Amino acid sequence: MFSFKTFARAATVAAGALFAVSAAHAGDTISGAGATFPYPVYSKWADAYKDKTDIGMNYQAIGSGGGIKQINAKTVDFGASDKPLKPATLKKDGLMQFPMVMGGIVPVVNLKGIKSGEMKIDGKTLADIYLGKVTKWNDPEIAALNKGVSLPDQDIAVVHRSDGSGTTFNFTYYLNDVSPAWSKVGVDASVEWPAGIGGKGNAGVAALVGQTDGSIGYVEYAYALQNHLTYTNMVNKDGKVVAPKYESFQAAASNADWEHAAGYYLILANQPGADSWPMTAATFILMHTTQAHPQKAKEVLNFFNWAYANGDKMAKDLDYIPMPDNVVALVKKSWMDIKDESGKPVLQ
Amino acid sequence: MVESVAPALQGVGTRKSRFAMRWGDPIFWGATLFFTLVLFALLCGVIAVLLVGGWPALAHSGIAFLWTAHWNPVTDTYGAVVPLIGTIETSVIAMLIGVPFSFGMAIFLTELCPHRLRQPIAIAIELLAAIPSIIYGMWGLFIVVPLFQHHVEPALKTTLGNIPLLGNLFSGPPIGIGVLLAGLILGLMVLPFITSVMREVFASVPPVLRESAYGLGATRWEVVWRVVLPYCRNGVAGAVMLGLGRALGETMAVTFVIGNAHRLSLSLLAPGTTISATLANEFTEAVGDIYTSALVALGLVLFVLTFLVLALGKKLLLGARAEGAEGEVLA
Repeated sequence: MFSFKTFARAATVAAGALFAVSAAHAGDTISGAGATFPYPVYSKWADAYKDKTDIGMNYQAIGSGGGIKQINAKTVDFGASDKPLKPATLKKDGLMQFPMVMGGIVPVVNLKGIKSGEMKIDGKTLADIYLGKVTKWNDPEIAALNKGVSLPDQDIAVVHRSDGSGTTFNFTYYLNDVSPAWSKVGVDASVEWPAGIGGKGNAGVAALVGQTDGSIGYVEYAYALQNHLTYTNMVNKDGKVVAPKYESFQAAASNADWEHAAGYYLILANQPGADSWPMTAATFILMHTTQAHPQKAKEVLNFFNWAYANGDKMAKDLDYIPMPDNVVALVKKSWMDIKDESGKPVLQ
Repeated sequence: MVESVAPALQGVGTRKSRFAMRWGDPIFWGATLFFTLVLFALLCGVIAVLLVGGWPALAHSGIAFLWTAHWNPVTDTYGAVVPLIGTIETSVIAMLIGVPFSFGMAIFLTELCPHRLRQPIAIAIELLAAIPSIIYGMWGLFIVVPLFQHHVEPALKTTLGNIPLLGNLFSGPPIGIGVLLAGLILGLMVLPFITSVMREVFASVPPVLRESAYGLGATRWEVVWRVVLPYCRNGVAGAVMLGLGRALGETMAVTFVIGNAHRLSLSLLAPGTTISATLANEFTEAVGDIYTSALVALGLVLFVLTFLVLALGKKLLLGARAEGAEGEVLA
C-alpha cells in the first residue's frame, strides 16, 4: 500500500516540477525548488495560499543540492536547502538565507515483528551501521541497547540518499559529531558512502526501506508517518531515550540561538537537553539579494510572510516546528536586504 | 515483378514543368544533404559539449579519472571506474539473458510456430517494447526485489555461492537490489528489440533456400544452424548491437533496482551503479564546478564506450562478410 502512495506522491512532485517550469513566467505563480525535507509542509501551505489569494506557489522537491544549484542559475524565484550556506558563500553568490521551519530526521527500519518505538539506537551505533562496521541486526552493539527485543540474525541493508541532500548533510553532521570514526567519510550533502544502497529523495529512501527486509534508512519524520514506516527511538546527548515527536523536536529547537548566528548559519543536530531529539534540523530559503524582478520577489516574500503568520497550525499538524516569533521578527528585518537593481528594498 | 512495379511508375516522367525538370533533383539532393549534415553537426556538437563540460574534471583528476574508483563529493575526488564497470557488467548480463532468449523466440516464430499464432505472438512481443522503462523499474522494485531477496538470491548463495572462485560472484547479503537484478531487468527490456529484428531477418531468408535444404533431407536444426543463420549473420549481429546499445544507455529502470552505490564489489548481488544511473541521480543536485564537470565527463566516457562497442560490432560484421558467408551458404 505505502509503496504506491509513495509513488503517487513522487509522480505529483514530477508533475509539479513540469508545471512549475512551464508556469514560471505566468505572473501569478511563484516558483521554488530544493529540499524534499520540508516538501510536505510547503505544498500544504501552497494549497492554502492559492485558495486564499489565487497566487500559486510551485515547489519542485529536487533535493537541497538542486535548490542551491537552481537559485544560482536563477531558474526559480527562491531556492530551499536544509544545508545552510556559510556566510562567505552567501556573500560570494549574492544570496541571503532565512530559516523557514524546523523538523526531525528519524531512523526508520524494516524488521519483521518490530513496531515503531520498540527499538532504540544511539548515534555511535548508527554511525557504525552506516560505516559498514555493524552488519547484522543481532550485533552486540545493537543488542546492548535493545535488551528484551528479539533481533534477527539478519544482514542490515543500509539505505542512504543517492542525490545531494540537506537531510544527508544534517545526518552526516550528527554522525560526525557523535562518532570519531565518521571523519573519514565527512559531512556534506552527498558523501562517499562506505556501505548501503541509494534512494532518490526522502520519498525514494522511504520506498526502499519499505520494500527491503532488514533495512535501515533516515527520512524526515512526515515521510516516516505518511509511508507507515517503523521508526526507532534514539539516545540523545544527555543519554536519555527520546521518541521522535513534536515535543522532542521542539525541545531541540528551543536551544537554537538564532539571534547570534551570522547569516542564520545554525545546525540543530545533537542539541543538549533531556527531551531533545538528536537529529533535528532547520530548513532554509535562499534568495538573491539583488532582484531583477522586484515585483516577483515581493510576491515571494508575501507568501513567506503569510506562511509565518498563518502556517503554524499546518506545520504542527505535520510535526514540523514553526519558527518562534522572535526569529520571525529577525527574519523580516533581514528581508530589507533584498533589493531591486537600483538598491531599493523590494518590500517598500 | 515487372507487372507489380509498373502501376507505380505510371505518370512518372510526364507533365513536368520546366522548373521541376531543372531544379527538382538539385533541391532534393540539397535537402537530403542538409538533413545529413544537421545530424552530423549534432553529433559533433554533443562531443564538443561533453569535452568542454568535462574538461575541468579531467584536468582536475587527469587521466586517473579512468581508473580511480573513488567518487567523493566531499573531497572532490572523482573516478569513473565504478559506474563504468557497472555499465559493462549490467549490459553483459542483459546480453547473456536477452540474446539466447531472443534467438530462440525468433527461431520459434519463423520456423516452428503454427502460422495462426505467429502474428499474435509477434505483436505481443512488440508490445513489450512499448512499455516505458520506468514501469520496468517499478515492477522490478516492487515485485521482483522481494522475490529476489527471499528466494532467488538465498538459493544462488547456497548453490553457486559455494563453488570456489565463482562463488565470489554470489557473496554478500541478499538484499534483492543489485547488479544481477539490474542486468536481468535490462535483459527483459532488450528482449523485444532483439527478437523483432531477428524475426524480420529470419523471415527474409528466401523460401527456396529452406526448401532445398529440407529437400536434401536436412533436419529443422540443420536448416536453422546451417542455412538460416549463416544467411542472416549480419542481421543477427545488428540485432544484438541494437540491444546492446539500448542496454548501455538505459537509465530509469536501472536506477530503480541497482542500488546507486559507488562501491566496487566482486559480487553480483552487491549494489552498484551505472553511468546513466549516476547522471540521473546526481546531475540536478551536483553543487560545485568539479562535481558537475565530473558528471559530464562520465557522459563522455559513456559516449566513447558506446562508440567503441558499435565500431567493434561493425568491424566484426565486416570481417564476417569478408570471410565469405555466401560461399558457406551456397556450398
